[in-house]
Formats: sequence, C-alpha cells, structure tokens
Amino acid sequence: MIGFPILSLMLLVPLVGAVACLMAGRESARMIALAVTLLDLVLGAVLWSHYQIGGPTWQFQEHASIFAGFEWKLGIDGIALLLIALTVFLMPICIGASWNAIEKRAGEYYANFLIMETLMIGVFTAQDLFLFYIMFEAGLIPMYLIIGIWGGADRIYASYKFFLYTLLGSVLMLIAMMWMVNEAGTSDIPTLMAYSFPVKAQTWLWLALFASFAVKMPMWPTHTWLPDAHVQAPTAGSVILAGVLLKMGGYGFIRFSLPMFPEASAQFAPLVWGLSMAAVVITSLIALVQHDIKKLIAYSSVAHMAIVTVGLFAFNRQGLEGSMLIMLSHGLVAGALFLAVGVIYDRLHTREIDRYGGLAINMPAYALFFMLFTMASIGLPGTSGFVGEFLSLMGIYAQSSWVALICTTGIILGAAYMLYLYRRVVFGVQKNEDAAAMPDLDKREWAMMIPLAAVVLWMGVYPETFLAPMRKDIAALDARLAQARPRGDADVQLAAMPPAAATHEHGDAMEHGEQAAHAARHEGAR
Amino acid sequence: MHPIQFIVFLPLLAALVAGLGARLIGKVPAKLVTTLALFASCALSWPIFISFLNGSAQESVTPVLQWVRSGDLDFQWALRVDTLTAIMLVVVTSVSALVHLYSWGYMDEEPDQSRFFAYLSLFTFAMLMLVTADNLVQMFFGWEGVGLASYLLIGFWFRKPSASAAAMKAFVVNRVGDLGFMLGIFGTFLVFGTVSIPAILAAAPGMAGSTIGFLGHRFDTMTVLCILLFIGAMGKSAQLGLHTWLPDAMEGPTPVSALIHAATMVTAGVFMVCRLSPMFATSETAMHVVTYVGAATLFFAATIGTTQWDIKRVIAYSTCSQLGYMFVAAGVGAPGAAMFHLFTHAFFKALLFLGAGSVIHAMHHEQDMRYYGGLRKHIPITFWAMMMGTLAITGVGIVDVFGFAGFYSKDSILEAAYASGTAPGHFGFFMGIFAALLTSFYSWRLMFLTFWGKPRWEQSEHIQHAVHDAHGHGHDDHAHGHDDHHAHGHASDGTGGYHPHESPLVMLLPLVLLSVGAVLAGFVFHGSFISEGEGEFWKNSVAFSEHLIHAMHGVPEWVKWAPFAVMVAGLAGAYVAYIANPGIPAAFSAAIGPLYRFVYNKWYFDELYNAVFVKPAMALGRVFWQQGDIGIIDRFGPNGAAWVVARSSRIAVRLQSGYLNSYALVMLVGLVGAVSWVIAR
Repeated sequence: MIGFPILSLMLLVPLVGAVACLMAGRESARMIALAVTLLDLVLGAVLWSHYQIGGPTWQFQEHASIFAGFEWKLGIDGIALLLIALTVFLMPICIGASWNAIEKRAGEYYANFLIMETLMIGVFTAQDLFLFYIMFEAGLIPMYLIIGIWGGADRIYASYKFFLYTLLGSVLMLIAMMWMVNEAGTSDIPTLMAYSFPVKAQTWLWLALFASFAVKMPMWPTHTWLPDAHVQAPTAGSVILAGVLLKMGGYGFIRFSLPMFPEASAQFAPLVWGLSMAAVVITSLIALVQHDIKKLIAYSSVAHMAIVTVGLFAFNRQGLEGSMLIMLSHGLVAGALFLAVGVIYDRLHTREIDRYGGLAINMPAYALFFMLFTMASIGLPGTSGFVGEFLSLMGIYAQSSWVALICTTGIILGAAYMLYLYRRVVFGVQKNEDAAAMPDLDKREWAMMIPLAAVVLWMGVYPETFLAPMRKDIAALDARLAQARPRGDADVQLAAMPPAAATHEHGDAMEHGEQAAHAARHEGAR
Repeated sequence: MHPIQFIVFLPLLAALVAGLGARLIGKVPAKLVTTLALFASCALSWPIFISFLNGSAQESVTPVLQWVRSGDLDFQWALRVDTLTAIMLVVVTSVSALVHLYSWGYMDEEPDQSRFFAYLSLFTFAMLMLVTADNLVQMFFGWEGVGLASYLLIGFWFRKPSASAAAMKAFVVNRVGDLGFMLGIFGTFLVFGTVSIPAILAAAPGMAGSTIGFLGHRFDTMTVLCILLFIGAMGKSAQLGLHTWLPDAMEGPTPVSALIHAATMVTAGVFMVCRLSPMFATSETAMHVVTYVGAATLFFAATIGTTQWDIKRVIAYSTCSQLGYMFVAAGVGAPGAAMFHLFTHAFFKALLFLGAGSVIHAMHHEQDMRYYGGLRKHIPITFWAMMMGTLAITGVGIVDVFGFAGFYSKDSILEAAYASGTAPGHFGFFMGIFAALLTSFYSWRLMFLTFWGKPRWEQSEHIQHAVHDAHGHGHDDHAHGHDDHHAHGHASDGTGGYHPHESPLVMLLPLVLLSVGAVLAGFVFHGSFISEGEGEFWKNSVAFSEHLIHAMHGVPEWVKWAPFAVMVAGLAGAYVAYIANPGIPAAFSAAIGPLYRFVYNKWYFDELYNAVFVKPAMALGRVFWQQGDIGIIDRFGPNGAAWVVARSSRIAVRLQSGYLNSYALVMLVGLVGAVSWVIAR
C-alpha cells in the first residue's frame, strides 16, 4: 500500500491539466498535455509496482461520502490495474500523435483528451455503481467532441451514429442499475459482485446491461457506428477509441454481467456465441473488401472483439484470461495500426489504399513496424496477439467445438485481409509519385512506435507479467461462475472396461473440463 | 550451458544484428555475422548428432523461460534434444549454413542483401525452435515463425506483383492448415490436460478407443485429434489440397527455395507426425488418412512434374511428391523410414535447387527449360553436382552393394508400405512405384533438357537482354570482342551469342558438399536409421515397430527390385523422348490433349479455389457490407431513427446545440431520478 490516495491523484492530475490546457495556446497546451500524461504514466508505474500480486482483492481503496447516498469509492483489482496501465500507457502516445496534426482549437482538444483520461481511469477504479455510471457515460462526451469538432468531412454523421447507438444502451443500463441497487440495498460494486440476484430478475438485468456493453464492445450487429467513428476521428481519437473505449464493454461484462448474473450469463451464452461467430466471419469478410485503411482496421477490431466475447463466455480460466490479454493486446496493436495509418495520412492526407504502394522502398523503417503490428494483429506467436487469441479460443473449445471452429476461421480471414492490406500499401511498385516521395519516420514517430513494439513483443514472449496481476481475480470469477458453467460438448468417454475396473472407471471418465475446473477452483482457493 | 542454446539463439541474434543494424554496420559485416553464426550452429550440431549415432547421448530438455500459465495450462520456452531433434538439427543448420554461403554469390548483385541474410537467419531460428519444441505450443510458434520467414522471403522481391501475391498465398493457405493445428492443440489439451509432448505421448495409449463429441457428433477421440493436427501438417508440407502455395513460392530467390521450400520448412509436417507418432499409432483411421493423403500427393505431384517447363517448378512438384512418400512411411507406421527420407532428401533436394540456381545464374535469370540445352560443357561443375542430385532422387543403386542417398530411403519407404500389409499401405506402395517411374522420368527430363542437346538460348528474352546489354554498353566481361563481332553469326547454333559462365566458388562449394551428402548420406546412415536395431538409435523418440522393420526385410525380391526397374524405365523413357527422338513429347501431349492440359494446368486447383473460395469471399464481403451493414443495419437502425426524429420534431441536429446536449440531459435526468429514488426509498 502507499501513503497517499494515488487513485484520486491519478484522476485529478489530468483534470487539472485540462483546465490549464483550456487557458493555454497551442504550443503550451501540447506541452502541458504531454507532461500531464507522462506524470500519470509515472503514477501508473508506481501503482503497478505497489500492487500486491496475490494480496487483498481490492487495493488502494478510498472512500468518502459525498451526499445523498452518493459515494466517492475507489479501488482496484488486478483486472482494473491492467486496464489502467493500458490507458496511461497509450495517452502520451496519443498526445504525440496529435503533436502536429491538430491546429484548430488545440487547447480545447488537449483538454478533451485529458478529461477523457480522467473518466477512463475513473471507470476502471469506481467501486460505486453510480460513480461508475457517470464515468462510463460521461467518458463518451469528450469522444463525441473529438470526432465532431476535429474529425473528417463526415464527422457529424459519425458522431451522431455513435450517439444514437450508445443512448439506448445507457438508458437501459441505468434502469437496470437502479433496480439492482434497490434489490441489493447497496451501490457498492464488490458487494454486488457477491450478491445472488434472483434468477428470473437476472435475465432482465443481464439483457439491459448487455444492450450497453454490446454496443460499446461493439458486437455485431450493433457495430456500424465504429467504422464511421474511426474513419472520421483524428488519429489520436482512433487510437484511444480502439485502445481503451472499446475495452469498456469487455470490462463491463467481466465486472458486472458475469459475476453478478452467472446464471443469466450461462443462459445467454449461446446468444453471445452466435453473435460473436457472426461477427468473426461477417466483419472479416467485410474487411477484405475495404478501400479505406481505417475502415479496414475498424472492421478487424470488431472481429477481434468477438474473440474477446467468446472467451469471456467460455466460463473457464483460459477463456477469461485470454479475453483480458486480447483486450490489452488489441489496445496496443489496433492503437499502433491506427497510429501507422496516421503517419501516412499526415503526409498524404488520404486513407485510400490505392493511393499508396511500394512504401517499403522509401519508408523501410515504417514498413518494418507496420509488418510487426500486422503480424501481431494476425496473432503470430511471439507477439501479444497470439497469447490472448490462443487462450480464448482454447477456452471456448472446452464449451463448444462448433463455436471454436467458426471463430478460429478468424485466423485465416485475419491473415487474408491484413496481408492484402500490407501488400497493397507497402509492397508493390511506387505507382504514385507523391507516395513515393514521403519521408520515413521522424524522431517523434520513432518515439511513439518503439514503446508499442516493445510491449507487443514482451507480451508475446513473456505474458506472465500481465497474467500474474489478474490471476487471482480471474480465479475468483471462475469459481463464482462454476455453479452456472454449461456442460461442454466434448464429453470424453473412455472405452468400455472390464467389470473389475468399473468403479475406477467412473472417476476416470469424468469429463476433463470438470477436472480442470476442480483444479482451478482448488488453485483459486489457495 | 547446453550448446543447444547457442545453436538456437545464435541465428536469432545474427538476424537481429543484420536486420536492424545493417545501416550501421554495412552490408558485408551483416552477411558475415549471419553466415558465421550459422556455421557455428552447424559446428555445434554435428557433435550432438554423432553422440546420438554412437549411442552416448541422452535426451535432454533445457528450460529457457516461462511462457504461459493459465489455470491448468502451463508451458515454457524450452529446448528439447533427442534423436529426432538431433537429426533435424544437422539437417537445418547444415543446409542453412551452406545456403547462407551460396547466397554470397547468388545474391551478389542485390542491393538489399542484409535484409535477405537477416530473413534467412530468422527462418533458421524459427525452424530450430520448431524442432526443439517440448510442447505443442512452442512447436506452433516455430511453425508460424517459419511461415513468417517464408512469407518475407517469397516476397523478397516485393516490387514484383507475382512475388507479393505468392507470399500472401503461402501465408494464407498455411493458415488453413493452422486452423486444424490449433483446434488439434485445443482438443489435445481438453483431453489430456497438458500440451507437453512427452506427457501427451505417454498418456495417448490410455485414451485409445475413447470417444469425444466434436461438431455435434461423436467420434473416436484419438482419430479426431490426430486428423486435426495432421491438417496442420498438410498445410506446411504442401499435401494434396493445401499444396497450391508451394509452386508459387518459387517466386522467392532460389537459395530460399532450396532451404525453406525443399530441405527444411516443408518437412515440418513430416517431423510433426513423426514426433507425435506414438499418438498417431493409437488411431488406425488417422494412420490410414495419413497414408492415403501421402500416396495421393506423391502421385498427383509427380504427374504435374512431368509437364512443367520452369526448372524450379519441376523441382517444387518433385518436393511435393517426395513429401508424399514421407507421409506414406509415417502412415504405415515407419517413422524411421520417413525421417530417413527427410534426411537424405534434404541433401539431394537442396543440391538440386542450388544447382538449378547455378544454372539460372549462368543463364541470366532464364528459368524456362525450353530455352536451355547443351549446358553440360559450359558449366561442368554445376552439371556434375546436379547429376549427383538426380542419381540420388531417382534412387540409383544395387541392392546390398551401394546406392545413392534416395536409393536407401525411398526403397525403405516402399518396402515398409508393402510390408505393412494394409490396404492403404498397398495403395501407397503401388502409387509409390508408379510415381518413382515418373520421378525418374521428370528428373532425367530436366537433366536432358538442360544439359544435353543443342543450345536453344537465343529465343530467351533474358538471354537476348544479356547479349544486347553486352553490345550496347561495350563492357562484356563474358565474351571476347571477337565473339561479340560474330554474335549474330552464331544465331544458327542456338546460343544467340551468349556465353554462360560457371558460378563463383562460394556457390560451387555448397554444391560440392551437398553432392557428398547426396552420394553418401544413404549408404553411411541407413544402418542407424532403418536397421533392425534402430530402436537403440531412436530411443523412444518415435514409435517404431520392430515387427514392421522385420517384415520390411522379408518382402519378396520383386518388391526390392521394382523401384530399380521403374527407375531404369523412367530414364529410358526420358532418353527416348528428349534425346533420341525429341518429336515425341509434343506428339504425345497432342495425342492425349485434354489429359495433358489437365495435368499441365496443375489439375486446375488454382482455378477451382479461386472460383470456390477467393471470389465468393470477396463477393460475400461486398454483400455483407453494402446490403448488410449499410442496407439493413444502418437503414433501419441509426438512419431510420434519425428519420423518425427529424420527421417528428424537425429539430435541426447540430453538434453543439443538438443531440450532445440532449444526451447530457438524458444522463442528467437519469441521475437525478436515481438520486431522488435512492433518497425516497
């Protein structure tokens, strides 16, 4: 533990920075924003280093009553820690990506980003249901503004779509949360996570929250806001949208839907699987025919997020941990890919794939980074993309071989659309003169790419660093889900044995998934 | 520290230095670092192999780093060394070292050489990780790593559209196999609770006969797992159905074809099946599938090999076919024979490819054998090296006396297939005999078209360019001025005034060393690999059947002599068709018209896949996008809602004053409601 309220400080620092940015000019605003996000990164590092792996479930808890039952209640577990780390890691890179690209109303722009940082960290630290709701919903306002003011030509339509989709989910979520607080008599999230809601009520509550989280994820068919939002958003907006905002849906499932409504989660698992399978196949195929680089990567995000949802609803350790790792990895890799698009967009001001070609010739360093992130997106072992995808798919295989098969086709389709993109942009001849004249990465761009590349490889080679903090929390969640876990379709049965061995046989014939669950629960208890 | 760590990680280190530091250290140091690293790895590998040969070594596992721990799933980065690995170590490092050396000459004019050498070393690292894997996931790491290196090397000349297309095709088609591999790993973990290879192999017999639910049906557990894993092997080893990437992979530089697409990477599937042979042995059905697929591939690829004109494509189909032989051996329960063929094939096929590279080098990048001819006297060392390779692949030898490498290994596969006594084994045997006839035919066809007859160079555009350049720029270092003057006069002799030159020493040295392997590898090592005492050599690293080995030695005499007979027949056929009476091939292919076109067009696999997979995928993508996302979801979702809102309220939707405020309002109202509700409650 640590001597000062570090979580509140991490929320406060960007907020103060935002106020300062509002009053500053372009040059000083970006310096302030960079300094503030770096300071929060340092605080994040302090937070991680003081986090006790295997210690109490909730750490760094803070508590203050505000008024009328509202409470300022913060605290994190390993899952939140990892997502906070992702947030503070990506923020300085976002500021770097905006460095030269943002010219109009720069002070407000950076203020928006810093407010968004506060709200995102707030989502992951909130321990009070209503505090969470405020952070969760308010976090989208800066994003609307970033798309709507600093976005591309169709920014109004894009932010409008974003708004409409989210609105429905928020209303339903709010109603559900009010019902939950009424039923359980508390808005304390840790208490609610252990509360047993009546199974009938779970169904409706689950659906209400699902409406919100599925849109944020986004799950097919509520995904159509994402490609437009990404295409219109400025580079840094896309990075943070793909990097952190999409993770809020997954965080919602892992923090609310699964632990609070295990029975309903099991009941609706086939729905989630179905939508996820549809997403993997459909959005991957759509990605294959895109002409716009950002749209292609946006559609690929939907496909990747679908692997997250099947992993979450696999009801076992591998699925849950895999999903968390995909969220972290996707945050880095999709962020890096949008950054890579931003690099060439800054030079040529177009996202049309056909306007590029042969970049390996004039931008070899860029080509190398793009290759690395492409491979990470495809899930090449040794990069971050692999470990999570592998664990998630392994997890879902234990539930349903059909779902695993359909979702694993994502590795083929993913390779197809990403390599097709790479082939058209980086390989080939320099057919466009202006594209051929683009200079390679400058120092600022190197400084943004290197940390991303390093962490992507680190997570691929030694994911233990990222698995260790959440292991205990995932084990606890897994144990809570055990009562509702559906039976897998594998059901291995040994060959008939002589009667003498019959008593022994029964024990052996126990489905392995069960054995794994036993062991996992056992480990979780330790 | 175990030497295996150096063997595996030196190439990685060299690849990083050469790849990332090339601009700092320059071209020659980058080449030097990678080549020296590979020779060091090679020098460290042979003692390990020899210690397994003389029985003094024990298997070992060197842990490197924790990799993933998630619930029961727990695996490490670790380097396993046993007999099977030791064989692969010498194959991979030897061929790789020689290919590195060869590339000094072959890639000499290339401006981007350090990148090439870095990729080669990276490939070697990934391949070594694959063969030293102690668990299935590390094997998959190596599997995908070699796939990446293969992708980068096929696409090395990325400016060429055909090269970048071939690179992508190789990766994506391999991913189809990987789908099977991944599902196989998932299923294996589900059943055995571990991904550790030794643990799985030990537990596999206990699961024989059990059943598992898969895709809504119940199947034999081990059959499902083995076939899923085998689908992965089919992709990497280019077996029938998933082979289409291999011929296209010839777009890569020739040293790459020799190393990756002949000697090492494509044999990974065979290695995997041999490594998991105790697992495959628990499912008769899976073994039959392996045998049938291998037999079908060796036949189909051999037929195509007889019709191709591109020298590299002939050797590529030949590789595909030889891999089929290895799978037949593995499928009939003779992994020893499969590994032996893998071992000898690595030497003679790398030799053939590097020899072809030397021919291509001499012929100024011309790869079409129709424009070769009469090269025997011009590039004698290349000729003799390729001769050794051809003698080895066609299996020249006299039973119980001496034979070239392929004689021992291919014949042992055919004997094992016959001796197995099963229906698929016999199918494999007869297909194998017929394909041996075709092998001999297309190999000698290649030799005759390239090295015998009169030169047919003048029709080649590449050669015309070369000669033209020599005239135009007046710096012809191949020919004397006198010859230049008479260049057009030479047209009648078919040379077009071109003078091929033998390759430099760095290219010839690997050819000579590999020739030694092609001549002796079978004779020297058959005692260890496939004799009745092979159990001592293999030490449980593969599932070998003493019974089958015994039966192999008891096959009828005609079975032993059949490969020899078809080898001679193929040679005679090629001689008649391409030297004695060169009119025959055209007349013959015209006579069997449709069949010839079917084979010449590679059984129309590419066209079929294009029509069934590629085009529909693109079309579906467009439908889902335009009709699905835009036509249905957007139309009835957000756009429909907007329409309703606009019609009912006619409020101008503007950013600052419009919906953003209404959104904030909704939120606020909600919160106020919540507060009052909490208070009032």
